[in-house]
Parts: sequence; C-alpha cells; structure tokens
Amino acid sequence: MMMEFTTWDIVRNLMFGALWTLGLSVTAFVLGGIVGLLVLAGRMGHTPWLRKSMRGYIEFFQGTPLLMQLFLVFFGISLAGIDVPAWLAAAIGLTFFTSAYLAEIWRGCVEAIPKGQWEASASLAMSWLQQMRYVVLPQALRIAVAPTVGFSVQVVKGTAVTSIIGFTELTKTGGSLANATFQPFLVYGLVAAGYFILCYPLSLYAASLERKFHGSAH
Amino acid sequence: MAAHIDASFVRIDGLHKHFGSNHVLKGIDLRIKEGEVVAIIGRSGSGKSTLLRSINGLETFEDGLVEVAGEKLHAGQTDLRALRQKVGMVFQQFNLFPHLTAGQNVMLAPQVVKKTPLADCEAIARQMLKKVGLDHKFDAFPDQLSGGQQQRVAIARALAMQPKVLLCDEITSALDPELVNEVLAVVKQLAAEGMTLIMVTHEMRFARDVGDKLVFMYEGRVHEMGPPKELFANPQTPELQSFISAVH
Repeated sequence: MMMEFTTWDIVRNLMFGALWTLGLSVTAFVLGGIVGLLVLAGRMGHTPWLRKSMRGYIEFFQGTPLLMQLFLVFFGISLAGIDVPAWLAAAIGLTFFTSAYLAEIWRGCVEAIPKGQWEASASLAMSWLQQMRYVVLPQALRIAVAPTVGFSVQVVKGTAVTSIIGFTELTKTGGSLANATFQPFLVYGLVAAGYFILCYPLSLYAASLERKFHGSAH
Repeated sequence: MAAHIDASFVRIDGLHKHFGSNHVLKGIDLRIKEGEVVAIIGRSGSGKSTLLRSINGLETFEDGLVEVAGEKLHAGQTDLRALRQKVGMVFQQFNLFPHLTAGQNVMLAPQVVKKTPLADCEAIARQMLKKVGLDHKFDAFPDQLSGGQQQRVAIARALAMQPKVLLCDEITSALDPELVNEVLAVVKQLAAEGMTLIMVTHEMRFARDVGDKLVFMYEGRVHEMGPPKELFANPQTPELQSFISAVH
C-alpha cells in the first residue's frame, strides 16, 4: 500500500521528533550540569585519588567519540542483563558526555578567578567549601554563563547521534520519513532547519551574554 | 595591657622555608607583645612577605612553630581555621570580593564562618565601615571605590572577624601617592587603640613614627631588630645602613 505524504505531514512528524530532541537535550543538559558540578568539585578538591579519577573521567569523554560512549552505555548495560530502552541509554550517555565537558569549561572559569580571592577568603578563616560557595563560584559563574550556553548548542547537535542506537528524535524521524517519501533531500533539509531553529537562538543568547558580562563586574 | 606569664603574644620559633632549592627563611625567631606595632622592612627577596604570610599559614613552612594568642601552627599543618580566626590580613592588592558590596564584603566572614545572625553581621559591618570612615559606602561595589577606599574596606573586612593580630602586607604599595595617607591614618588609629599589628612596609617614616619594633630582614634572616628610632638613627650593620640610605 502506498501512502501519500504532503509537506505538512513531513513537517508535522519532524516537529514531533524535534520535541524528543528538545526533551533529550534539556535532560542531558540539566543532569549533565548536576553531575558536572560534582565532577568539578572532585577535580578541584583536595583529595588526590578523586582529582586523578575525575581527570581521567573528563579525558575519557573528551577523547572518545560520543557514538562510542553511547554504544558502551547501550550495550554495556544490556551485558549486565538489564534491558535498557534507547531513550534511557541516550539520556545516560549524553549526561556523562555533557558533565565531562561542562566540568572542564567550569574548571577554566574557576581557575580564572585571581589567587588573591582565595587568599583573602582563606585569611578570613573560610573553609574550602565556603570559599567556593561564597567567593569563587559566584564570580566563576558569571564568566561561565556564556561558554555554558554556547556548549548547549553542542549538546543539541549531539543528540542526533542517539538516532543510531534507535532513539526516535529528529534525525531518526527524518530517516524514516526519507525512506517512506523518497524525498531525502527535502526531508533532511527540513531536519537541518529544525536543528538550526533550536540552536540559533542559543548561539545568539550566548553571544549577547558574552557582551553583557564582558568587562562588567556585577 | 593585660599581664601575661610569657610576654610574647605572637611567637615565631626557628622558622625555615624553601621555595625549591631557594632557602627563603633561614630560621626566624621573633617575639611580639600584645598591642605591639611591628614593621618588617628589607629588600625584595629578603623573605619579609613570606615571613608575614607564614603567620596565618598562607605560606607553608618546613620547620619551626608559629603561635598566635595561644593558637599553635606547626610545619605542614593543614587545618588553619582556628588560627585564622585570630589573625586578620590586609593585602597589597586589596582583594575585595568584586561581586559583593562593601557592606557584604565585611559581613561575609562573620556570617558564614562565625554563623553570626544576619542583623548582627550588618551592625558589625556598619560599625567597622564607620571605623574606617566609609559607612556611607555600605552599598557601593568595590569598582565604584577608589584604591584608598577599597583598602579601607579591606581593613574593615579583616576587623569584622575581631582578630587578635592584623597582618598588613605592603598595603599602601598599590595606591596612588595621594591615597596613601588615608589608609595609613586608619592603621595609625588601630595602633593607638592597641591592636597588635605586623606590617611589611616601604613607608619608612610611618614605620619610625608608629612602630614599636623594627625588624630588618636580610637574606632570609632577621638581620637587625629594635626600636625603630634607634635603628634608623644608629644602624648596627652595613646592610641596614645601605638599605636606609637607599630608601631615603
């Protein structure tokens, strides 16, 4: 049986796929941010084995393709006898990936805070956690906002890879539609436009944040 | 001044410090009485800043002992918070927290370290800012203040923790000449109120007029020590002689 697709049918289906892309991006970004903070704390803390292992964690996720990471999560968990749905493997994999990059971006921001801030707060008898919480992170956060939002674009684009392990987001939806309609150029053109619509506002926002925080202390 | 069994309020015994192969402190012994104003002078590289920063543990040392108001600091000690509650510090570069107002800068440590109720912290902050003549700048951010004002806020911030000793590390060196005096006036007032002060300084006149004790550091050792007026008038070593004639 042959089914006719109008352009609106294609767009409608793609929009539904885009919702999953958006949902996965937000999930990975929020969870990745939380895990990233923990990784950052370990990476910058005073416990040598924790520092080393967090450094290893970051280097692993920065030094291997996202697709391999997703395969490892997807097939690794199944190996343990647990059946993971594609969406869960995608969310876990992307969360790890995001956390490693965010931890590294934020580490750079923390290290940009002058040594004098650490010394002044230390000489006021603050603990390391208090120094972080009240003095260093509030200032680091200010410089971190723009690169963090900038990185969110990478996360959105990274979700495309999850189509390979079978998660039906924008790219995967596009693949099915291309097969069904025999109009791959139109479909993938619309898929690309979909990603652009998601990412471009983020890029613009990051750029405006950069301008806003550049050279202003508060 | 309260009577002490041991007259030393700050005691430094046999302090040794290396930066790699560079032996920067070669056995420092120093006794400071409560309420004394001590000026540490010497060429750059003589170890004077390192000595000062050892007193609150900003620099580690390999051998020796520091004791401030009964709180001991041993070589390699890592938990320094008890000591640091007794030792305040003011820095050359002010190091105010730029994301907080002057008032918040002063309030922060009493609030988070001493867990003082917020209303009391604010009262302390206003009182301390008033002491340095800046109570009207409570809500100003550091970048809205002149260098001299920032340094006075930094002094207020240190005082808010009610330290027993205040360390001043070249606190006027980063200031424009016309702003030096407003900061020195605050320090002079603290000295008059009986605060124990240990300062590394290039202000020789101030050291002579306000100091009770002058410490001349040379190549990692206390080379000469005594009442400032005597030392300036009658230096015993050629090194101090040449240092004094170089800065005058």
